[in-house]
Amino acid sequence: MALELQFTPEQQRFRAEVRAWMQAHVPAAPLKTLESEAGFAQHREWERTLSSGNWGMITWPKEYGGRGANLIDWLIFEEEYYRANAPLRVNQNGIFLLGPTLMEFGTPEQKARFLPRMASGAEIWAQGWSEPQSGSDLAAVRATATRDGDHYVLKGHKIWSSRAAFADWCFCMFRTEAGSERHRGLSFVLVPLRHPGVRVRGIRQIHGEPGFAEIFFEEARVPVANRLGDEGAGWHIAMATAGFERGLMLRSPARFQVAAHKLVQLWRSHAHTADPALAGRVAQSWMDAQAYALNTYRTASRLMAGGTIGVEASLNKIFWSELDLELHRAGMNLLGARAELMAAAPDCADPSWLEGFMFSLAGPIYAGTNEIQRNLIAERLLGLPRG
Amino acid sequence: MDFTFTEEQQMMAGAFRELAADICSPEHLRAVYDGTDIQGEARWARLADMGLFGVLAPESAGGMGLGDADFVLLAEEAGRAALPEPLVEQAGVAVPALRELAILPQVASLLPRLASGEARIAVVHPYNPFANVPPAVTHWLACDAQAVYLLEAGSVETVAEPSVDAGRRLSRPAALAQGAAPLLTDVAAREMGERLLNRGALHTAAQCLGVAERMLAISVDYAKERHQFGKPIGSYQAIKHHLASVAVKLEFARAVVYAAVAHVVDLGPRALASVSHAKLAAADAADLAARTAIQVHGAMGYSWEVDLHFYMKRAWALGGAWGDHSFHARRIQTLVCGEAFPLGPDQTFERTAQGIHR
Repeated sequence: MALELQFTPEQQRFRAEVRAWMQAHVPAAPLKTLESEAGFAQHREWERTLSSGNWGMITWPKEYGGRGANLIDWLIFEEEYYRANAPLRVNQNGIFLLGPTLMEFGTPEQKARFLPRMASGAEIWAQGWSEPQSGSDLAAVRATATRDGDHYVLKGHKIWSSRAAFADWCFCMFRTEAGSERHRGLSFVLVPLRHPGVRVRGIRQIHGEPGFAEIFFEEARVPVANRLGDEGAGWHIAMATAGFERGLMLRSPARFQVAAHKLVQLWRSHAHTADPALAGRVAQSWMDAQAYALNTYRTASRLMAGGTIGVEASLNKIFWSELDLELHRAGMNLLGARAELMAAAPDCADPSWLEGFMFSLAGPIYAGTNEIQRNLIAERLLGLPRG
Repeated sequence: MDFTFTEEQQMMAGAFRELAADICSPEHLRAVYDGTDIQGEARWARLADMGLFGVLAPESAGGMGLGDADFVLLAEEAGRAALPEPLVEQAGVAVPALRELAILPQVASLLPRLASGEARIAVVHPYNPFANVPPAVTHWLACDAQAVYLLEAGSVETVAEPSVDAGRRLSRPAALAQGAAPLLTDVAAREMGERLLNRGALHTAAQCLGVAERMLAISVDYAKERHQFGKPIGSYQAIKHHLASVAVKLEFARAVVYAAVAHVVDLGPRALASVSHAKLAAADAADLAARTAIQVHGAMGYSWEVDLHFYMKRAWALGGAWGDHSFHARRIQTLVCGEAFPLGPDQTFERTAQGIHR
């Protein structure tokens, strides 16, 4: 049945179940920012609560702590999650990026070891890809993993690792073949962050909190069994992870739909004094959030019918990051003179606009800059020649 | 919940795409532009042979008895081809509107003739003031704020309004239906007017998707062929990023247009917002595709000899048809900023029918 754009009774029941659970469990007071040590601990606790309700990652198989739910159910879950104003997911690198990568490339032992503790929030993951000389040019990785018996000896320096200041584990790319260049000779290795020879130093972000970190590997030893996939297959696996990162799950539409609704309410409270042109930008933000939601359901339907998502993921990443930025810029413009006020200021109406605006600035940069995404679209979707 | 088209729907669209490639190539469009086209009647006959005019007509009238979801991909193909015949106005707008009035004898007798393509209808509406008139037009469907008229073409005095898009033969009635008996009046007329606008805007949006994709494809081909500084211009990031931005805009307009199909017969605030969103998103994508295409083509794109302008002009024309940017942008602003219907992430597919929104 084509274009059947209505939820089934089972899907409506599922929505009601999620809504009831969220109403009963979402903390009434917002948690501290997860970029701070205290806030990180609060978010970790929230993951435990989620997991106790079996909501850690509902699309995963039951044996790994999931519910075996399909993508439509996942979207419904996310809608209710954001509608309930539930906390941000501190383990998003694990459940949305490494999790699906492990499902595809992991051994049965690796899946059993890592996935359940990922879904339960017992272990929080960071991503260790960028290096001081390897940002957009990811294949310029220099950090090395040298074989010594059944261990790798790790040397090198990773940077801009989100959550790494307080996380437990990190998935990293290392050069395992001495003298190899570019995409060849790389391997994908899982590394504990509180471990001899691993030194983590938080980096303060523009909001002042250590939201990311640099990681120094000083002859740290990890078992060869921590390698995901074959030796030398790291690039291939990382590209799959990058696809998940830009794909369907990292930024679910509900997040932007809630923000767009808030923007409409902000407009309504400022309509008598605001520049009328801002109404157009408010409506555009609502439209873009709606378009992102509709397209996500369209993609989910396609995937459930056996389709795949490849370079289309880059279209998604550009769209949500640009819409998020425009949405928050409109909010800042509406707040006018109060936009700069921090939460501590007596006249600050709602600090989430300033925080959301600063966070939205990162969107076009992380997970592969939008310039890199546009190159990928041009070359792999449109078939233009490489430069 | 299933956001995919059926195999049958995709096959029908694919068959029409092949037909359009055959009967409406850039060479055919060139003849239309140069005033040397002698294929108009043959094209109309081929469209009719494929049954395209009757897709939305009831089977009892010789049609296929299908719905708007079946037509939207066909409208997209009409846009991709920059088809000179007003297939969309007749088969996608007039026929489904008249289908609802089939108890009226003059409509009942006309429907089978429209479905077969024997009768040819022009549609004029306050938000589509210049009708795209078929060759050898036989009827006019005309409405204003008070009444809807179904008129014999012989009784309508018209004023030609030449368009920059030579594939659109525009006219308007010199005076609307002087002395003629209306088909509908009052509330019924206003509802029909709103439904005509909904379908007109939706299927115009679908045509925008098609023509945008066509311009993107033409530009990509050109960027691969055209060399400067010893390399194809498509290997430079400045060109790549322009074209990638078109691909993004087009991708995210598509789902909006397809989702609006479900709302097209409803006249509540949510439905009107959905239709306006579809028109704005698709027209924006077509506009960006056109601006990008001419820039990528450079001076070639500004010339009459290169095919691009046929499609670019169609994009410009569709942008103002069936509610222009200002109309749809103001309408959706009023509805969304006024919270005329519940917003939020659980509302994406709500379809509460609420009667005419005023």
